[in-house]
Amino acid sequence: MTDITETQIRMARRLARRHGAEKRFKLLALLAAWIGLVFLGVLLFTVIKSGHTALLQTEVLLKVTLQGSDLGQPVSGDRSEAVAGANYNAVIKRALRETFPEVKGRSQLRELYGLVSVAAAYEVREAMMEHADPVGNTVAIWVTASDDVDLIIKGTVPRTAPEEQRHLSDRQMNWIESLEKADGIKAKFNTNFFTSGDSREPELAGILGGAMGSLYAILVCLAISFPLGVASAVYLECFAPKNKVTEFIEVNINNLAAVPSIVFGLLGLAIFLNVFMLPRSAPLVGGMVLSLLTLPTIIIAGRAAIKAVPPSVREAALALGASPIQAVFHHVLPLAMPGILTGTIIGTAGALGETAPLLMIGMVAFIVDVPTSVVDPATVLPVQIFLWSDIPEKAFVERTSAAILVLLSFVCLLNLVAVYLRRKFEIRW
Amino acid sequence: MTSAGARRARRVLVERLIMILLIAASSVAILTTIGIVLSLIFESIQFFRQIPITDFVFGLHWSPQTAIRADQVGASGAFGAIPLLVGTLLISAIALCVSGPVGLMAAIYLGEYASHRFRSIVKPVLEALAGIPTVVYGFFAAIVVAPMLRNSGEAIGLDVSSESALAAGLVMGIMTIPFVSSISDDAITAVPASLKEAALGLGSTRSEAIRNVILPAALPGIAGGLLLAASRVIGETMIVVMAAGLAAKLTLNPLDAVTTVTVQIVTLLTGDQEFDSAKTLAAFALGLLLFVVTLALNVTALRIVKAYREQYD
Repeated sequence: MTDITETQIRMARRLARRHGAEKRFKLLALLAAWIGLVFLGVLLFTVIKSGHTALLQTEVLLKVTLQGSDLGQPVSGDRSEAVAGANYNAVIKRALRETFPEVKGRSQLRELYGLVSVAAAYEVREAMMEHADPVGNTVAIWVTASDDVDLIIKGTVPRTAPEEQRHLSDRQMNWIESLEKADGIKAKFNTNFFTSGDSREPELAGILGGAMGSLYAILVCLAISFPLGVASAVYLECFAPKNKVTEFIEVNINNLAAVPSIVFGLLGLAIFLNVFMLPRSAPLVGGMVLSLLTLPTIIIAGRAAIKAVPPSVREAALALGASPIQAVFHHVLPLAMPGILTGTIIGTAGALGETAPLLMIGMVAFIVDVPTSVVDPATVLPVQIFLWSDIPEKAFVERTSAAILVLLSFVCLLNLVAVYLRRKFEIRW
Repeated sequence: MTSAGARRARRVLVERLIMILLIAASSVAILTTIGIVLSLIFESIQFFRQIPITDFVFGLHWSPQTAIRADQVGASGAFGAIPLLVGTLLISAIALCVSGPVGLMAAIYLGEYASHRFRSIVKPVLEALAGIPTVVYGFFAAIVVAPMLRNSGEAIGLDVSSESALAAGLVMGIMTIPFVSSISDDAITAVPASLKEAALGLGSTRSEAIRNVILPAALPGIAGGLLLAASRVIGETMIVVMAAGLAAKLTLNPLDAVTTVTVQIVTLLTGDQEFDSAKTLAAFALGLLLFVVTLALNVTALRIVKAYREQYD
């Protein structure tokens, strides 16, 4: 009897140990599943937290008077030319001095002028040129504040921060406060961020240049890789004889899909730029490199989609007298198209986020102008993010994050479209 | 009749043309590979004319500068790739130490334990990690993870570099979690259910069935997946460009700043340089090295995965 109870106790202990191990294992696995989720959450939280402030831009209300002595010397005697050529830096400085008449002395004045951005002169000029009677009248104009003022107003940098951290002197802080009391300074929606190209001044930098570069590069990429990818998929899946050559192409495509993207950049540099002499930094070359990168993805997705169409469709077409090419192009391909499109869109989303190969072909240059064609020098959105992330100025951090948010929403949108296509057109045979 | 015959002849002609176009399109993939291999080899040969290949493969010092004047200090640059390889392997090892266990365990949880609802929510979110552009990971590594590691290192009295291999490796590991977990998932589901059911029927707990029956049976597939992940991690560029160091240092300390092959390719080729200097050509030699290593990993991995799939088909 004692033996049995002892065995029973031993077995019970062992069972408890095994169940304990089971619980620990399950908990560990659950933890692993959560790690990715938590990371994604932290990443999104960080980017949104630091990026949402870039949607606002602080502006200062200036009461500007354009005097006759400010006007430029018109060549043709045209008045609008004189207004366009006026010395607006002097106009703005005078307006600031008039707002704060107590400020005296060179260094104090320099601090005062530092409140507004260098872009203020262009903004005042634009407003004056639209004005019916600019000379002699006092006009109230909202001009862009400098980035340091912007960070204080938006609260990114606390007002109590030490001087060297906020880059503003106590005097400047006092001026900002008195402007606030007079409702002469406030944060407005930052349209500039979405409508202008890159700049050395953070308050002027926008993502349109990078976004247009991305658009052009992606269009070139699709124009090349989609037809080539579909044609390859059709050939390999429907017509290719099963021999060594076909097998080699298959292995080759699978390997190509796993080649590091930077190697494609080296190919672009050596062949497209140095052999074909195509322009550096152009979205055309970027798109060509990206198309080679996405081609394997499209071919693999295309083949899977074509394979999913039942052979009976093709056989029926052939039986009714269609040629093999007609059977494929009129019947199989349309049925496979949703699957091919899904694969293409997912490949495009990947290409949109691709950075490294584009650095190799010079799309990393500092370019202010928004590109207007595929051969204009340009950068792309991810490269713009990379460039900004390298700048130590604090005002660029929020812009980097905001640019990341824009890029992520485009990538997310493309993936959602792919999911929608798959759901909507999925055919269960 | 004749018009029908002519139409038929035309159709045959058009179809032959289409077929040629299809074949031409399929050959682009091969041309790309040939282009990659030729351009890398061609530029590398030029590089090895200036720098002996043994210096490149076995050299312990990497400081790529070319002399503007012959008598300048440090006129002869050093092009030894070993520190870069060690740095790359260090960061890759850290990344795989994260993504290997985490990806595998996540796949196990989603495949064996999770409720249908949990799975249907968590799986797409995990896959979203793979869709995030690497430049975003790089930004996160440089802005959040690296300072965090540095501060927590300081708190316990450790000297952590602000461009530590650990920060880049950790973030890279997170990036490859969905990759490892989806391949592990494939490998686990390929194991016949009868094996698991037999183990459960004999009284083993779920975790015992997983550890003693399913995982050993799925091991080749998982190993292949890990090799693919390794190849991806070695070729990853943006995270290390943004979060790892620039100076080549021969060390295995994960808290130190190391540099990698891809970082050096980017550093050598961004900015204006004349094309024939050893500095620029070195980037292609590094590219060749990268291509060969990742290709070897990929071919091996695809072989393993394929052979393993056939085993249970």
